[in-house]
Amino acid sequence: MLLEIDDVSLLYGRIQALHGISLTVAEGEIVALIGANGAGKSTTMRAISGIRPIATGSIRFDGEDISKLRADLRVRRGLCQAPEGRGIFPGMSVLENLDMGAYTRRDRAGIAEDLARVLDLFPRLAERRKQAGGTLSGGEQQMLAVGRALMSRPKLLLLDEPSMGLAPMLIQQIFDIIKEINEQGTTVLLVEQNAQQALARAHRAYVLETGKIVKTGTGAELLHDPAVKEAYLGVA
Amino acid sequence: MTTVLERVRSGREAAGERWRGAPRWVRWALLVAVIAFFYALPNREFYQYLGPIPTPGANFTQVLFTVSIYVLLAVGLNIVVGFAGLLDLGYFGFFAVGAYTVAVLTSPSSNLKTLWPWLLVVPLAIGLTMLSGVMLGTPTLRLRGDYLAIVTLGFAEMIRIAAVSSEFLKGQRGFNQIPHPPGKYADGKPFFGVLDARPYYWLVLTLIILVVIGVRNLTHSRVGRAWISIREDEDAAQLMGVPTFKFKLWAFASGAAIAGLAGALFAGKQNFVNSQNFELLNSIIILAAVIFGGSGNIVGAIVGGGLVAYMIERFRGIELFGVELYEYRFLIFGLVLVVMMIFRPEGLIPNRRRAAEFKDRRKEVIVGE
Ligand SMILES: Nc1ncnc2c1ncn2[C@@H]1O[C@H](COP(=O)(O)OP(=O)(O)OP(=O)(O)O)[C@@H](O)[C@H]1O
Ligand SMILES: [Mg+2]
Repeated sequence: MLLEIDDVSLLYGRIQALHGISLTVAEGEIVALIGANGAGKSTTMRAISGIRPIATGSIRFDGEDISKLRADLRVRRGLCQAPEGRGIFPGMSVLENLDMGAYTRRDRAGIAEDLARVLDLFPRLAERRKQAGGTLSGGEQQMLAVGRALMSRPKLLLLDEPSMGLAPMLIQQIFDIIKEINEQGTTVLLVEQNAQQALARAHRAYVLETGKIVKTGTGAELLHDPAVKEAYLGVA
Repeated sequence: MTTVLERVRSGREAAGERWRGAPRWVRWALLVAVIAFFYALPNREFYQYLGPIPTPGANFTQVLFTVSIYVLLAVGLNIVVGFAGLLDLGYFGFFAVGAYTVAVLTSPSSNLKTLWPWLLVVPLAIGLTMLSGVMLGTPTLRLRGDYLAIVTLGFAEMIRIAAVSSEFLKGQRGFNQIPHPPGKYADGKPFFGVLDARPYYWLVLTLIILVVIGVRNLTHSRVGRAWISIREDEDAAQLMGVPTFKFKLWAFASGAAIAGLAGALFAGKQNFVNSQNFELLNSIIILAAVIFGGSGNIVGAIVGGGLVAYMIERFRGIELFGVELYEYRFLIFGLVLVVMMIFRPEGLIPNRRRAAEFKDRRKEVIVGE
């Protein structure tokens, strides 16, 4: 297993946001995490990337226990998150933002190669390479956040609602890109409100409800599960 | 009103464009001219032709020395506030640590009676200030931003109160006969004397240039990129693999070290240090100067620090309706700041990025969270 989360709880002050979550991601997979607003999806991502400390449980990545490892060191191990709400650097240009994605790397040739790949995946970013990140449109910022995360050449890419705020056409496109990234060899853990699209492309998925995993299965299984259908796919 | 402002703004932007677009040698020539101007400035033979620039109510070379110290402080604080985005409300506290280290170790009034030469104590003063920065920063920089502001404020007050009331730091009576920097003319007269402020000003000016070169190199390196990313979005910086705590501590400690250097220079010139030199207001003035000039931009910090310190002195000896303007210097200063923050919140000469941060479109839509 590339990522193994075992019985993880997380507290925000007195509020317990995660109640003993366990999940795994195998190398090469796309795993989706779906759930209602406030279920704890972003919190799970924060626990994995390390910007929030966990209270109990353990997180193993690539055979190593990273439960207590600093966030920046987790990036060096090959774990990179594109944060929810974009989280790009507003004053830096598109290129500078992408460059920050490669902050932990020193292999110039490899970075140039990945930059070319990202600009190829997102032609819109290529057009606006000199523009300040903060002046991009919402959708463009979303692409930049995903592109920037790719620049660290992660083993595991964590995407928190990459389709948020995008037009239907672009949603389609961003999911296609996620698929493509995955086929090029990056493992993906994907948080999505857009359950339909996410489940259709994920190898496996987990359903999160008020800080607990309540269901798991392959993408196709959950897509046809009556309870999931009713709660998350908007079909009665 | 707004059209005038717009015109001023676009004029300034055009000037910026032209500066960036100018050939290399033109920029160098201008830079050399500006530096030469400031080296020449304290000479009476030169400044007497500058019309209203010399201060009527105070010795102009003394004023220039004060201004240069403020510029050095502004350059240092700009690293902390402008580059790393850390709010330090007690920056003058580090200046005090630097000045008192020199005073305690060199002055005959000190209980220690070490009487070390000034030059030997300068690196000690810088080191000690840096250490106090690390000690203050280590517990607080892990916490959220507002804690740092409060702790630094408390730190500066603590230093001031210790200076006022502790026997060791001599309170109002202060430390006498702090030695000057070394150096003699060919005829045996000391280069750094009591009456002539020019050598001290030239020394500070030279150090400002060296510090600016150092800071510039830093900001164009990985360190600078890390600082900017922390300022713009700390969580995102961490998610990109930037060890944020380490870099914040670095910024904080290097800022402190520069203040320590300024304090040591001040003590070496002044000959006398007592508790009245370190009012809280000074911290606020420097912070305001950095923001006024355009925080995040070295040139902005220099202009801000210089202009603010100079204007305050310039008000001396000017009477309006029977009162000296100097009495109202902080009122005027406050008004200018308020007007600035309304019309030009990014400062006089902002950093390009900083200006873009103010236009950040992420604030347009409130999503998630
Ligand atoms: N910084 C915080 N302090 C306190 N409570 C928080 C904090 N962040 C999140 N929470 C709470 O934790 C719970 C889980 O939040 P989280 O952001 O993980 O939800 P989510 O599943 O990502 O929701 P959404 O789909 O709306 O993004 C919520 O009840 C939220 O109010
Ligand atoms: Mg969320």
